[in-house]
Amino acid sequence: MNLNRNHDYTKDISGCGLSGVINRKGERISGSVVTRSIANQHDRGNGLGGGFAAYGIYPEYKELYALHIMYDHQRSKTETEEFLKESLVVSHQEEIRTRVTEKIQSPPILMRYFAHPDVTDEEKGDIDAGNVTEDDLMVKRVMHINETIDGAFVFSSGKNMGAFKGVGFPEDISEFFMLEDYKGHIWTAHNRFPTNSPGWWGGAHPFTILDWSIVHNGEISSYGINKRYLEMFGYKCTLLTDTEVVAYLLDLLIRKHGLSYEVACLALASPFWQELELIDEEEAEALRAIRMIYGPALLNGPFAILFANNEGLVGLNDRVKLRPLVAAEKGDFTYMASEESAIREICPDPDRVWAPIAGEPVIALLDEVREKNDAAERNIERDTAQIN
Amino acid sequence: MNDISSRMERKNGLVRIDSKGIYYKDLNKLIREEIKGGSNLFELTNINGQRYLADGIIAEAKIDVHGTPGQDLGAFMNGPIINIHNNAQDGVGNTMSGGKIAINGMAGDVCGYGMRGGKIHIKEDCGYRVGIHMKEYLDEVPVIIVGGKAGDFFGEYMAGGRLILLGMFSKHPERPITGLFMGTGMHGGAIFVRGEVEKHRLGKELGVSDPTDQEMDELYYYLKGFAKDFGLDHKEIMAKPFKKYFPKSLRPYGNMYAY
Repeated sequence: MNLNRNHDYTKDISGCGLSGVINRKGERISGSVVTRSIANQHDRGNGLGGGFAAYGIYPEYKELYALHIMYDHQRSKTETEEFLKESLVVSHQEEIRTRVTEKIQSPPILMRYFAHPDVTDEEKGDIDAGNVTEDDLMVKRVMHINETIDGAFVFSSGKNMGAFKGVGFPEDISEFFMLEDYKGHIWTAHNRFPTNSPGWWGGAHPFTILDWSIVHNGEISSYGINKRYLEMFGYKCTLLTDTEVVAYLLDLLIRKHGLSYEVACLALASPFWQELELIDEEEAEALRAIRMIYGPALLNGPFAILFANNEGLVGLNDRVKLRPLVAAEKGDFTYMASEESAIREICPDPDRVWAPIAGEPVIALLDEVREKNDAAERNIERDTAQIN
Repeated sequence: MNDISSRMERKNGLVRIDSKGIYYKDLNKLIREEIKGGSNLFELTNINGQRYLADGIIAEAKIDVHGTPGQDLGAFMNGPIINIHNNAQDGVGNTMSGGKIAINGMAGDVCGYGMRGGKIHIKEDCGYRVGIHMKEYLDEVPVIIVGGKAGDFFGEYMAGGRLILLGMFSKHPERPITGLFMGTGMHGGAIFVRGEVEKHRLGKELGVSDPTDQEMDELYYYLKGFAKDFGLDHKEIMAKPFKKYFPKSLRPYGNMYAY
């Protein structure tokens, strides 16, 4: 009898790995720290994708959008740079520094540009009328490159931040991009084990838009409905990977619609209807309203995600915790990772370690942002009290 | 392998391994070879994230673990007694058949999945899906005791064995003693809870009763071992009444496809 065994019995069964760290006082740390953390979770990935997002790394250009672009060939670079010349004012451009290593094979051409949109008269009118912002114009340009220029891909576009990613294990990607030379106050890292989408340079995590970045372990089975919803607002999903919808949803909900992090997370991972019957009616009504308005933004399927922007780092699980997430704090640092060991690798003795509840975000904002938000909230309360 | 055997020290029958940075495959191989060679007392120091520790080991051995062990600790094992001085991660005791794992902190998700014998003692909280698909046969009765609180799906699809949930040594006073969907699809075994679980957290297959005298004796015995492992006050643990949660039917979905 021929059982015809196709299984590789030495194969490691795995899922992706995540790690993130923020210093809430804004003190910057080297990329080698988060690299050690993600490398501890080496076996959660399989070498088909590794990447990092770093915040606070370009203080000398912090007023400008930092575009990281990968090109398959010289032709796509030429074509893109023509478009950049037409639509942006580029103050500085350079190759992204890399080091030749054995482990990283055939990288694309990697460039970065510090720029801001060259606003057309029509766009100026829209800005003056309050219809669009400079951020929106930047999103439009990024979408244009990713959608229409063959072989060119903008992999980050935020201010004072950057994504670094590719095909390889994350510790090898870090070595390739020389991340030990960068200093940031927020870092996220991803170790990829691609399941249902291809392993290519652009498909590695993080996914970004403006200064939003997201790293993800799991699958977004609501991808279809999320994608169609985002298309109504001009976002184009071009990256062959479910995770990109989360980056665009955060941009839409938080930046454009002005939702708080807490409310946005309630839209992405709403409580079950049956849970609403158990809480007080006023809160239940608010939760029902979020669910009804943002139904197409609900993320289904198993996920643990870390998302970040210049203000902070947020961790979130799906509603039934189908992927792992652990958080810890020590002094001004907050850590989040798939496994506790990844945190202990860089923080052996945290003040507090905990496993977050499914669907309940861990929100670690910079102290100055939190203070500002608290003050704004107090003002609203004061104004409401006066009106009443 | 050469440089890792230099990290091993044998003293009065105890094998001590400084595990810092040792790849999990090499570490597990070393432990297996030592057991094959007759060693049965281990102390692993500086463990951080190594997976599959003691997996599939069928032997009497005592293993002390310092640090945070990786995923699937003690999977398929039958015999070893593992004492973890810190927290454990996900998948502890996956399909284990015998032996004991004592965790001096918290445990992650899917602990004791499909477990069919032996004991897991968790001093503090545990994650989601703990004790799911547990089974028993004759005198092979797996037992998981959780000193803190549990996440959703505690004892889901349970077919046998005992889950004992105390809610006493939790790091999260704000959380309920167990999450939602406790015992959903359960059709064998029993869950004992110190105190009570709100009705909406229970799978609809569950009934609730006061434990019988015989069951209280059983609890007394199990919890004595638990208290001893962590230096806790057995009397205090027993001082509050328990409830027993059990499947009302041994075939809850027997008629599902019968019409």
